[in-house]
Amino acid sequence: MPTSIAPTGVPADAGTSPDHAVVVTGLVKRYGGRAVVAGLDLVARRGAVTAVLGPNGAGKTTTVECCEGLRTPDAGTVRVLGHDPVADARALRPRVGVMLQDGGLPTGARAAEVLHHVAAMYAAPREVSELAERLGVDSFARTTVRRLSGGQRQRLALAAAVVGRPEVVFLDEPSAGMDPQSRLAVWDLVRELRADGVAVVLTTHLMDEAEDLADRVHVVDHGRVIAVGTVPELLTGSLPGAAHGDDAARDQTVRFTATAGLDTTALAGALGGDGGWSVAEPSPGSYTATGPADPRALARLTAWLADRDVLAGSITVGRRTLEDVFLDLTGRDLR
Amino acid sequence: MTTTGPAPAVSGPDAPAAAPARRRVAAQAAFETRAILRNGEQLLVTLVLPVLLLVGLAQTSVIELDTAGLARIDFVTPGVLALACVSTSFTSQAIATAFDRRNGVLRLLATTPLGRGGLLAGKTLGVLAVEVVQVVVIGGVALALGWRPDVAGVPAAVGVGLLGTAAFTALALLLAGTLRAEGVLAVANLVLVLLVVGGGLLVPPGQLLGPFAHLATYLPSGALGEAMRGALLGTGVPLVAVVVLAAWTAVLGWAAARFFRWH
Repeated sequence: MPTSIAPTGVPADAGTSPDHAVVVTGLVKRYGGRAVVAGLDLVARRGAVTAVLGPNGAGKTTTVECCEGLRTPDAGTVRVLGHDPVADARALRPRVGVMLQDGGLPTGARAAEVLHHVAAMYAAPREVSELAERLGVDSFARTTVRRLSGGQRQRLALAAAVVGRPEVVFLDEPSAGMDPQSRLAVWDLVRELRADGVAVVLTTHLMDEAEDLADRVHVVDHGRVIAVGTVPELLTGSLPGAAHGDDAARDQTVRFTATAGLDTTALAGALGGDGGWSVAEPSPGSYTATGPADPRALARLTAWLADRDVLAGSITVGRRTLEDVFLDLTGRDLR
Repeated sequence: MTTTGPAPAVSGPDAPAAAPARRRVAAQAAFETRAILRNGEQLLVTLVLPVLLLVGLAQTSVIELDTAGLARIDFVTPGVLALACVSTSFTSQAIATAFDRRNGVLRLLATTPLGRGGLLAGKTLGVLAVEVVQVVVIGGVALALGWRPDVAGVPAAVGVGLLGTAAFTALALLLAGTLRAEGVLAVANLVLVLLVVGGGLLVPPGQLLGPFAHLATYLPSGALGEAMRGALLGTGVPLVAVVVLAAWTAVLGWAAARFFRWH
């Protein structure tokens, strides 16, 4: 199934348009003979948020580390603002902001000190106090990094990534470990960067983050892009060569909870006389039925349950979420 | 791998610029210096330990030393200064760099305009700054205890100190860039203790037991100790010590550059 969607990530004019801040073509990176990134293509535009979405171990971090010049590709090309990130590192460093997954903050220094220190590396950095206030860093300015919570560290790392007024920002799992308020503050800042024309590339395995923030989403698995498009394109499956077909645009997902172990095949048959329904039980007692949901279909569902003397705990009707698409594409196996 | 022709290097007049290299390195050096001087364990190794050894060796006879008729304080202080040099450029730097490497600090700073070269330059200047503090404190205590160094030998002592710093910083980076942080913590402290006891830093190699006498002469620690004593006691810096130190610097510097891993 994952191979049924052709990657369409690299437009024909990739790399020639000044609008394309990051262009990755055929990237391969191996660790000890194992290809962690296996022919990955990606384009990130200026003034847009590009999400790299995938399960753990999909190759997201390695990909952005190649873009940051921290790792040298084994094959393929990476261009950031038209430059090779390794060979032209000196030219790129002032123009690219980086937030690493593990933070990379000196643990013994105070938060404000770290931010001032990183700012000192740039000729015309953002005003530190304003940025610190935006991200709430001022509330723990005199606390050493060692004593910060996960969310506080993430906010400080984000502040450090943008303090130099970069044209391209790489954010590796930016809202990992954040409380809801921190996430909103971070998302606000990301939107502001986009409005200012910055190319934002963020990796995430959080569906809502990609859904709320990203202009384009690259779904990555096993080191390759297996689907790419805007969030609506991915949700409706309206991509060229997409698996879901034209009907998918009308499909909705009905979620309900009931006793575990219902016959999903029989239910799918009962729901759609003419087919078009698929029913799954992602976790015991929790079901998703995807198809052309109309009032009659819902009545058939409850009738089918009534025939079996099953009372549904909850029934919700909604469009497919990015999570559904993601699970369809990457499979449901734990890894 | 085919691409659609060379990509234009887009760079407008408003492109963000780096601060001048001098300012970046100076900022990093100040940052590193503060990090060492603020860390309790680092202070213990770089200042408290040398001062305790200085006072202990100069004021008591717990350890037998053949001072060749010189005052104990005059004989002991150059060795303590050599030890201080090793504690900062090796033990302290190895531990700090190893944990910075584990925590991703090296990688993050390498993505800022500081770069890898600026990071190394900043670290080296930070070591030298801490050594200045050490010389002031240890030298001050020693003078108060009656130390009368050969003033004419001070420039030579500074040169020897720089050479020793280069050799031991290279060793620090070799360890920090290849071993796990916890391993570096253990090894760096253990090596310091071994060098103090049998490395010819405080006790001249010639006064060590049996095989250690020969071994220590050719260790960077023994060479540094002997060269420092030669300079500050006015007996002259032994050529063999300088050659040994320079050789270690070359070998360790090559190995550090070859094997250091940033990840």
